Order: sequence, then C-alpha cells, then structure tokens
Amino acid sequence: MDDLRRTVLDYVRREYLEEDDDRELVSTTRLISGGIVDSFSMVSLKRFLERKYDVKIPDADASPEAFDTVDSIAALVERLAPVKA
Amino acid sequence: MDSAVAPPAVAAFRDVYRAELDAIRAAGLCKDERFIHDPQGAEIEVEFPAGAAPKKVLNLCANNYLGLSSHPRVVAAAHAGLEKRGYGMSSVRFICGTQDIHRQLERRLSEFLGTEETILFSSCLDANAGVFEALFGEKDVLIADRLVHASIVDGMRLCKAMTDTYKHSDMGHLEEKLLEHADKRFRVVITDGVFSMDGDLAKLDEIVTLAQKHGALTFVDDSHATGFIGKTGRGTPEHFGVHGRIDLVTTTFGKALGGASGGCVSGRKELVDMCRQRARPYLFSNTLASVIVSGTLEVLDLVSETTERRDHLEENTLFWRKGLTEAGFDIKAGASPIVPVMLYDARLAQDVARDLFAEGVYVVGFFFPVVAKGQARIRTQLSAAHTREHLERALAAFVEVGKKHDILGKTKAEMLARCGL
Repeated sequence: MDDLRRTVLDYVRREYLEEDDDRELVSTTRLISGGIVDSFSMVSLKRFLERKYDVKIPDADASPEAFDTVDSIAALVERLAPVKA
Repeated sequence: MDSAVAPPAVAAFRDVYRAELDAIRAAGLCKDERFIHDPQGAEIEVEFPAGAAPKKVLNLCANNYLGLSSHPRVVAAAHAGLEKRGYGMSSVRFICGTQDIHRQLERRLSEFLGTEETILFSSCLDANAGVFEALFGEKDVLIADRLVHASIVDGMRLCKAMTDTYKHSDMGHLEEKLLEHADKRFRVVITDGVFSMDGDLAKLDEIVTLAQKHGALTFVDDSHATGFIGKTGRGTPEHFGVHGRIDLVTTTFGKALGGASGGCVSGRKELVDMCRQRARPYLFSNTLASVIVSGTLEVLDLVSETTERRDHLEENTLFWRKGLTEAGFDIKAGASPIVPVMLYDARLAQDVARDLFAEGVYVVGFFFPVVAKGQARIRTQLSAAHTREHLERALAAFVEVGKKHDILGKTKAEMLARCGL
C-alpha cells in the first residue's frame, strides 16, 4: 500500500471509527455505501484531502461514489494533483 | 386519471418509481402507515393492515411523553381558541397573520425555557430549516454531533456556512474541531438535547464549558426533552444545570407539549430577532393556527402547575428499562423515556415489531437510513399516560416475542453474528 492510501486510511480510522470499533479497514472497504462515513460527515474528509495534498476538489468530483473507497479517493487525488500525491 | 392514455413521459416516470418502490418492498423496508381510529393515548384502536378490523393495542411508539395529546383541559382550551380566534390565519406573520396569542405564546415559551426571546414556526423542522441560513454565512462554521436529527442536517445544508461534524458525544473530538476552526467568525456547536434514536442525553454541561472556553455559540434541539427532562421539565439544559445558558434552543409542540404541531427558535434576543427578519419558513409560510396556539398555552400552564406527570414518566422509564434489562434484552443505556431495544438486523426488527403487534403492543422497527446500517432496533417510548399495568402487560409481550426469536440474553456479538453482520 502506498503512502497516499495509508494516510487516507489512517485519517478515516481516526476521524470516523469509535475507539472500540475494531472493524478492519482496507483500501477497498466501502466507506459511504457501507455506512462507515455518511455523506454529511464526508466534508471533513474532503477538507483533509484538500489541505494535505494542496488540491481543490470541485463539488462535482466530491461525489459519494468517488469517496466510497480509499482506492477511489486516491485515484481522485492523483488525478487532481498527480505530482504532489 | 386513466393511465392507458397517459403521455409517454408519464409512463416513463411511473416505470422508474414503480421499480424503486418494488425494490423497497422486496427488501422488506417499506414503511406502511397504520390507521388509528381514536384519540392518541396509551391504548389505541389501530387498523393494520389497511382494511383489517381495528385492534386495541398498547401504544409504545408515540412522542406523547406527558400524555397530554388528548387531555381534557388541552382539548377544551383548543376549542375555546377556535371559538375566540377562528380557524385560519390566511396570511404569514408579518402581513396580517399575527394574533395577540401568538405573541403571548412566544413570551410564555421564553419564560419556560429561560431564554430572552422566542419566535414560533409551524414545526420544529421548519425552525431547524430556517435558523442556520438566517444567521450564519461563509465566515462561520457549524459543528454538529454526528447523530443530530435529520432536520438539523437539512437546515445546515441550506446554510452557506462551512459545516463539520464530531463523533457522537465525543468531547475530545469536539474540542479538536473547535481548535481546527479557530479562524472562523462564529463557531456554532450543534446538538440534540436528547438523541431521538438512541435516547441518550447530550453532555450539555461539558459542551457549554467547551463552547465558552473557545468562544463558540451553542445550539440545542430539545424536541425530545422539553416538558419532562430536568426536575421541572425545562429540558436538557435544566438537567445539566445550564438552563438559560444555551444561545439557541429549538423545540417542538408536536411531542410532549400536546403533540399537535408547531415549534420555535428561542434564545439570545438578537439571534431570534434576526430570524424574524430572515428565516424563510417564517417569512413565506403561515404560522401556527390559533387552535394549536391555545392548546399549547394550556399545556404550558399544566406543566408549570405540577411536576406530577414528568415524575410519573420518570418512574415508568426506570421500571421499563429495568424490566427489559432483567428479561435479557439488549437496550441502549440512558435516562430518557426513549428506550431502544437493539436487534441490529432490519428484517428481525420488522418481524419482532409485527409479532408484538399480534400480542397487542404497538412498536415500530427502525433501520437504515433512519439509523446506521447494522444498528436496527425497536424504539420504545414511555408516556406518563402509561400505568404500571400497561407496562407489565407490554413487558410480558416483549418476553414472549423475545423467546420466539431467541434474542433474550444474547450479546451484541451473538446477535450480529447470527444475522451475518
């Protein structure tokens, strides 16, 4: 797993899982359709990515589908900031 | 309308929505209404399914916390209000839709809630839809508990302020967010007083302390608390000793306070005054009908005269929580009369609710998207109208159905494993 995916996974665990939640998260885990991140709480993830990777994620790209797995999130960040990511 | 001659566009949208509705039904997730044939109360006559003969059942799913929905004094006051002030307003407040009793109710609510000013809305959903957009903008941030009511989420979405959330009742996470957004003009901490699906109380004392430390505003939706939480029923702020210290309170008259409809925003004068200028549900919709205003005024008199009803509700809550726990049900801990019985699996929640109805107890299963996936439950709600005999009867029915589904004494892990979650 590359640094980008590991960083996003760490953030998702810290931001969205309770301390006693021992669910295993991998880069293909369904975050939104799996009920781990709701669409309302997704804004903090978007803001984290924008700050961490110095990108602007247009609202049209910040869809529940694009944010549904760490792999799809990484693909989005890599598309928007291929060099920095 | 004759669908055989409907234009192609109509046929196309019918196909789309029929398929979607069929999918909901096939998944066992369809929400069907049950028709009640008498006034709201502890025991009601319910027609279910549609067309069946009405059946008398115990009601454990109403927000009728104080049992005032059909109280003779409230009904009489509503009748008198109808006679004296008529039926409809036929106008929004600022044109010619404000009667003296609207203002009277706003003043009474400010006294009751310990606030500076109050503005009425036709529902608390409308209050929540209007308040954020009226008061906050791009320079501000709204920081909400992740389990706040859907109407708050909708209201926040209508507002141009930045939005953020913190883990449910996690004060460490809230403080992180307050620090993260220290550059904002206003930071607003937003929570329910009592969380409607879990029945737990927000840690309002800690929230107020944190908000003061960081110079943030506080917002509490106390819809599931006003009238009965706190020693004199003033709500969650009273329970936590911060009565009068919340900047914005929204609440409803559609639950404990008579249960008809209507709500309000109450709090700091300037904030409420600004809602009167800018809140869109207030500006573009009629306010409460006189009959409801009159009934609600009588309810406020009733709950101010004595704490007897909220005290009885508290006793009922203790009895019910103890009874379910001793019987081996997995319930959410808490002190409110919202007592969720955890079943985790949506279909099991539906089946248990159906079997309880057959046993004469009316409850409803809740599942995604109303609660998180894998968190399906039956939400039981107590009322001051329940007698001990009612609750003993309901408990016996729960035990019977619990045995049938083999859920008594099962741990959360065992329940989750059984339904493959």
